[in-house]
Amino acid sequence: MTDKFEPTIIGFTCNWCSYRAADLAGTARIKYPPNVRLVRLMCSGRLDPTFVFKALSSGADGVIITGCHPGECHYLEQNYKALRRFQLMRRTLVGLGLEPGRVKLVWASAAEGARFASEINIFVEEIRALGPLHWGIPSDLLPVPNEPLEEVPA
Amino acid sequence: MTQYGGTNPKLALSESKGQERIGVYVCHCGTNIAGVVDVQDVAEWAAAQLEHRGVVIGRDYKFMCSSLGQELIEKDIKELELTRVVVAACSPHLHEATFRTACKNAGLNPYLCELVSIREQVSWVHTDKEMATAKAKAMVSGGVERVIRHVPLEPLRVPIHPDTMVVGGGIAGIQSALEIADAGYHVYLVEREPSIGGHMAQFDKTFPTLDCSACILTPKMVQVGTHPNITMLTWSEVEKVDGFVGNFTVTVRKKARKVIENLCTGCGICQEKCPKKVIDDVYEAGLGYRKAVYTPFPQAVPKYPVMDVENCTYFQKGTCKACEKFCPTNAIDFKQQDEILTLQVGNIVLATGYDLFDARRVTNYGYGRLPNVFTSLEFERLSNAAGPTNGNIVLRDGKTTPKAVGIVHCVGSRDRNFNNYCSVICCMQGLKFAHLVHERTGAIVYNFYIDMRTAYKAYDEFYQRVLDEGTLFVRGKVAEITDVPRRPDEDGHLIVQVEDTLAGKQRRIPVDMVILSTGLQPRYDAKETAKRFGLSCSSDGWFIEKHPKLDPISTMTEGIYIAGCVQGPKDIPSSVTQGAAAAARVLGKIQQKEIAIEPVRASVNQDQCSGCRICNTLCPYNAISFDEARAVSLVNAALCQGCGTCVAACPAGAISGTAFSNDQILSQIEGLLLLNVDEPVTA
Repeated sequence: MTDKFEPTIIGFTCNWCSYRAADLAGTARIKYPPNVRLVRLMCSGRLDPTFVFKALSSGADGVIITGCHPGECHYLEQNYKALRRFQLMRRTLVGLGLEPGRVKLVWASAAEGARFASEINIFVEEIRALGPLHWGIPSDLLPVPNEPLEEVPA
Repeated sequence: MTQYGGTNPKLALSESKGQERIGVYVCHCGTNIAGVVDVQDVAEWAAAQLEHRGVVIGRDYKFMCSSLGQELIEKDIKELELTRVVVAACSPHLHEATFRTACKNAGLNPYLCELVSIREQVSWVHTDKEMATAKAKAMVSGGVERVIRHVPLEPLRVPIHPDTMVVGGGIAGIQSALEIADAGYHVYLVEREPSIGGHMAQFDKTFPTLDCSACILTPKMVQVGTHPNITMLTWSEVEKVDGFVGNFTVTVRKKARKVIENLCTGCGICQEKCPKKVIDDVYEAGLGYRKAVYTPFPQAVPKYPVMDVENCTYFQKGTCKACEKFCPTNAIDFKQQDEILTLQVGNIVLATGYDLFDARRVTNYGYGRLPNVFTSLEFERLSNAAGPTNGNIVLRDGKTTPKAVGIVHCVGSRDRNFNNYCSVICCMQGLKFAHLVHERTGAIVYNFYIDMRTAYKAYDEFYQRVLDEGTLFVRGKVAEITDVPRRPDEDGHLIVQVEDTLAGKQRRIPVDMVILSTGLQPRYDAKETAKRFGLSCSSDGWFIEKHPKLDPISTMTEGIYIAGCVQGPKDIPSSVTQGAAAAARVLGKIQQKEIAIEPVRASVNQDQCSGCRICNTLCPYNAISFDEARAVSLVNAALCQGCGTCVAACPAGAISGTAFSNDQILSQIEGLLLLNVDEPVTA
């Protein structure tokens, strides 16, 4: 383990806006931390909440979902559906005992390479502050604390 | 030293099908990727560590997209009997087609190839070589997991309707419409004003040749008006766009002219007899008048006037009807209603142009408050022989000829308070004004500029010419234009306060007239237009092209092209070029007769569908219908655009989406997480 916790983040991008924003950030050589790995979807409306749960249970510490700005959806209005699902999903996550901040939804148009990079920067720091997510890990694989916990007197 | 990218203990990969034989190809892209990512390490790692997933070969190569790189892949597909290909290189938006073709050439279904963007998403945005390499490996692993679940697909073929719609009748739209019509295909040209011509019809001269704008434009307008292949829809606006490339259905509102086009001869008697004078703030930029029934200018195409209902005495007060009384052909129809047209077209060219920057916003320049401060468009009308002053350059009082004129560049452009961008045309426009003022009035002319930008053919020569004519140039941004004198010689003048940055001095220069070389900005309703056509705007509000350098004509929406200032500020030659280029694209599409589109579509497994109908209302294209008899939902593949919202919503998992199936995405997530950022490498 390093001194500084490096989170692993899965990002879901829309083919028409945020994936192109990521391309643009690249073309413009705007730097952001390498903690995020992107999955391309055709639309943020394609985001099945299962994808988020899958990512979190398979080792991701956070998930960022990016879509077209409201009113700019390539498929007319599907980003609104993504927004509704996102809000429901966050509630479910809280119910499962997760910090709601581990999943974030941001809008980024195809022209917003700089914004995309800055949102990634912000999110990586937010997840770094939350610390690692030990969800879905067999307990024998969890890191052993250096000092045993104090026993709670009965 | 800590190494990043250890194996993720939290993940037990689902069983690979094991039968696939996968080739992994890692591109150096010269040093673009190899400068940051250890490409050889990635390729070797994939071959060794992902062997159990079916990877049989991992190679790195200097330029995978080169013909040699493609041949390498093709050779491997044949010799190693590869069934899947993963290429780790640039964005799929650039070279996906290239590598799909390579697969196809080697006899592999092109959709069994997956591109991993380790240039845009890794080497260009990260600096830590070790972490970048680890991320590249993770992404390759994601690609491998995903490609295993790829299925062979065939592109969908849809017919292309041979008709085209051009929206906007400025010079870009006119050029586009003429090119397509000349090639023998039908064009609908939609224009919201009563006449085509756009901004160019308002100008007096065009730089750098000083051709009379109307003289070169009106013949083209007439050509449009008489072309058998062009249906002009002026005084009309697009209300709705449905469908997709090759098959758009466009709803156009043809506003009531209150003039019957079949009967009107364009004689102009109605305009003559109409008693109501209205300030013309569109064509005459507020400097002149028109009537309540009017054609904006004498050479207007079409020749039929329109009635301005809001200003017409009959519509406002109930009496008058002078136009009807005097019309020799009984063409006036006060009861005429708007018409809604539904048109089928295969391609759309958007050329909706620009608005002039509102100079009132720069309050320190006093436009709107100081009468003798003019905008560029106002000056165009002043200097136009057909304009309100018959081409006499005079002050706002209508008679005094100015003795000294200041021309201010970059008004609203290159200014953090307003627009950051350069409006491209203002320097040349300012030089043109300087020449015209000098020629027509003999006045002293000052040009206040920040930088002189005279790129393109014969532009700099024009600058030299204006310099030789004696125009004075002051390099510096004008701080203020005021009518408050400090010295006796400033009395009764406008004073331009400016820092002369070449002399290092503050100057106050008294002039009689100031012309603001106002910049261009997106149409006030550009956002709504973008939404209507399914496009997006940059943060400045200009429409986004598919690629800023290699495809400034297409948009992200296939079948919709952009031309002229709608894409960004441009001069006339560039607008004409882009209009013609858009036409070439459209003609190319029409002549293919049908087009292959990405087979990304949703479909319902009817055995699994519970008939809950949750998906029915989700589809923005109404592609999902419900079969009452069998109580299952159905997706119409011709209408489906492949967004996948219904796939994500189906509680029974009965809807699947090709190329983006749950299986593919979930596997990719697993692959991406094979290496965890924070786990040290276990040897």
